[in-house]
Amino acid sequence: MMQALPAAATAPILEVRDLRTHFFMRAGVVPAVDGVSFGVAPGEVLGLVGESGSGKTVTGFSVMRLVEPPGRIVGGKILFRGRDLAQLSERAMRDLRGNRIAMVFQDPMTTLNPVLRIDTQLIEAVRAHGRTSRRAARARAVEAMAMVGIPQPEERLSAYPHQFSGGMRQRIAIAIALLHRPELIIADEPTTALDVTIQAQILAEVQRLAREHGTALLWITHDLSVVAGLADRVAVMYAGRIVESGAVDRVLDHPRHPYTSGLIESVPSRNRRGARLRQIPGMTPNLLALPRGCAFRTRCPHAADACAAEPRLTETAPGQMVRCFYPERVTAA
Amino acid sequence: MSAALAATADDEAPFRRFARRFADSKLALLGLALLTLILLAALLGPSLAPQNPYDLAQLDIMDGRLPPGSRMGAGFTAWLGSDDQGRDMLSGILYGLRISLGVGIASAAAAGLIGTALGLLVAWRGGWVAGAIMRLVDLQLSFPAFLVALMVLALLGRGVLNVVLALVLVEWSYCARTARSAALAERRREYIEAAEGLALSTRRILFRHLLPNCLPPLIVIGTMQVARAIALEATLSFLGLGVPVTEPSLGLLIASGYQYMLSGQYWMSVYPGIALLLAILGINLVGDQLRDVLNPRTGT
Amino acid sequence: MLWLLHRVIQAGFVVLAMTVLVFVAVNVVGNPADILISPQADQAERARVIAAFGLDQPLWRQYLHFLVQAAHGNLGRSFVFNQPALQLILQRMPATMELAVSAVLLSVLIGIPLGLLAGLWPDALLSRAVMAGSILGFSLPTFWVGLMLIMVFAVQLGWLPSTGRGRTALLFGVPWSFLTLDGLRHLLLPALNLALFNISLVLRLTRAGVREVLPMDYIRFARAKGLSPARIVGVHVLKAILMPIVTVVGLEFGSTVAFAVVTESVFAWPGMGKLIIDSIGVLDRPVIAAYLVIIVLLFVTINLVVDLLYTALDPRVRSDEAG
Repeated sequence: MMQALPAAATAPILEVRDLRTHFFMRAGVVPAVDGVSFGVAPGEVLGLVGESGSGKTVTGFSVMRLVEPPGRIVGGKILFRGRDLAQLSERAMRDLRGNRIAMVFQDPMTTLNPVLRIDTQLIEAVRAHGRTSRRAARARAVEAMAMVGIPQPEERLSAYPHQFSGGMRQRIAIAIALLHRPELIIADEPTTALDVTIQAQILAEVQRLAREHGTALLWITHDLSVVAGLADRVAVMYAGRIVESGAVDRVLDHPRHPYTSGLIESVPSRNRRGARLRQIPGMTPNLLALPRGCAFRTRCPHAADACAAEPRLTETAPGQMVRCFYPERVTAA
Repeated sequence: MSAALAATADDEAPFRRFARRFADSKLALLGLALLTLILLAALLGPSLAPQNPYDLAQLDIMDGRLPPGSRMGAGFTAWLGSDDQGRDMLSGILYGLRISLGVGIASAAAAGLIGTALGLLVAWRGGWVAGAIMRLVDLQLSFPAFLVALMVLALLGRGVLNVVLALVLVEWSYCARTARSAALAERRREYIEAAEGLALSTRRILFRHLLPNCLPPLIVIGTMQVARAIALEATLSFLGLGVPVTEPSLGLLIASGYQYMLSGQYWMSVYPGIALLLAILGINLVGDQLRDVLNPRTGT
Repeated sequence: MLWLLHRVIQAGFVVLAMTVLVFVAVNVVGNPADILISPQADQAERARVIAAFGLDQPLWRQYLHFLVQAAHGNLGRSFVFNQPALQLILQRMPATMELAVSAVLLSVLIGIPLGLLAGLWPDALLSRAVMAGSILGFSLPTFWVGLMLIMVFAVQLGWLPSTGRGRTALLFGVPWSFLTLDGLRHLLLPALNLALFNISLVLRLTRAGVREVLPMDYIRFARAKGLSPARIVGVHVLKAILMPIVTVVGLEFGSTVAFAVVTESVFAWPGMGKLIIDSIGVLDRPVIAAYLVIIVLLFVTINLVVDLLYTALDPRVRSDEAG
């Protein structure tokens, strides 16, 4: 496990500054991502953690510029190697997608087009960037399938998605993501829909491949255990904002935000046998009606009057950021 | 994303919400307006028409084929011209509208009743009778409606009642299938189980509980069926197989005027056609919006 | 392959059932004897004709006779034309097929692109106009549109001929009119007329399909791969929506052939449809019976072909059937 990079030691490959993506619904404007900033260094794995509704998936899509109406990026910068993706033309963005930045989706059962053969879907990804002959593209496809551990890739290439299991399909999706050796891969909970054993396999596979190629990973998940085993750094999201970030072992061993600590404590495996399961009181916030000030206020055991104002991200230790007025009140788990 | 978007509870009364959603479409409102116009014209026909086109005594062959705006022998103006028998087109259209609409609505209603009843029964009872009925339905639905109606009328001959019979024969199967699917889907729902648990009589369950919840798709189908029936009747009458010459529907009027079209006397076919079009269009526009609004996935 | 056999047998039963219906309908309702024999004939003449046509036999005998004859291709002789009924119908079939196939082709060539347009840019003015037009398309009674087309293009503008079939050329020994320019000129209006309803149908289906498929995960994933919009629409979207469209087009083909009756009457197109209308008018029963049998065979075949196409297009169905 790499140790936390000191801030600005190497130029980050991805730097998101104050990203805001809002959804314009009939009922109102939903600030799904509301001022998110983070960076990913080359070859680093950043875990983006949060419950559903925290805005982590939308963040991932925003970086890829794949947010669909009624959602829209309304502010902030997404700097990829210095270029602001938020300002890029669609054409230029298309050149980057699947090429320099790739994405793996959550549900392998719906990621691949059910009426097209696997080879079609792999070959078209190869030929989308750079001029490659059909034959060469097919060879690359076979190679990619073999790389992610699919047996007998030559024959299976002519198959349809439904003839593969979920785990296999996700491997294929990962293979597609790796086709052009991207510098950054955004993985949106790619193992959530899979069995635990398969999950472990895929995680190991991805970790190995990322190390081999030096690919940076933005790993979006709600599962802390995944982050613990995989990431170098972690950022915790709540109600569209990052509430804590830093080196993964520091954050998990000594959380500074009540929400992070609540998340950690609510993982069943951390409990002693027979003790009551801990959980964070209250419900996931309604983004249309957020409480004023700190969004976590209504569920926080340490909330005080000062929390009626909006806390900002402050650095409590080198590389560790917290958005809370009372980080010292959070005792170590 | 959706977890954070708690749906705001809708306090509107169901009918108001339905009406509001229906009125969302300008086209649907246009359709409704057309429909009202047509229905009024048909109902008030005899009072509005300057002439009774079925009363041979009132017709004068010398008044035949006069262009729109001409003065008729009896003293009134034929705003839409006259046909080869000396019938005022406007009167002919108003009376013809009554027949076209009458046949369309009657056959759709009858087919709807029979089809719904059978469909519900089939879904409720099951068994080999149900299987046989559904086989029949499938068989009939695999052949085009037009052909079936054509053959039935070929056998029975012309006549208003025969046309209604042919149309009912054609349409009941579609209603039956729709009713059956809807009933099968509703049957599994908990409220039916509850009703059964309360030992309510079958009849009560079917009519008070099952039927009302199957209505939305049936209403949509029913509306479209009326339009289809009207169009079908017009087509059959045009081909000389529908209503008799003595009681011309719009289709028959168009057929009679067809031969004069090539010589430029268009009004005998064009105007009844427009009336027919407006009726069908009105119904379809309304039906289209009904379908969108009543769709359980997107609507109320 | 077992399911194919199963379907064919099923189809066979349907055909058999229909022949019974056809036989009963044509030969039992009303008294054929009255049609065949002129009122002036005396008893002896009547008896002779009745015996000759086998009308005195028990019904089931007559049916079997009918069936055997049908299997041999003999479906009776037309009263009007004094030709074998089957031959009459087969002679007219190419004309009707030409019309129906042209109509279906038009519906696909016009309906799918317009539907794609309306689905991809639903709020554009053109899309709204197209959708409104589609409602008009299936509300307008076909025969009336035909009349209007004739009035506008033939009578007023004089661009196209108003009735009849154009010059034909032989292909595989069968005369087709789409092979000549004159033939095409005559084919255009009736084909367009017949196609109108189908165009609206295909258009709306395509649009609905596009709207359903566009928000799907796999489309987003295709975008994430950096594929061009042309490829995404042309390959991913199109292939995904094709199946219901093909099914409907296939099923509608039969309906189109049936509805050609109307177009043929309006445009005086010498096909099966016009023949049947005329035959009904004069009660030429053998022709009616022959027509029905042919139509039934046609429909059963069409349904079978559509089933096959279904399996060919959706790989998931194939596995279900095999597995």
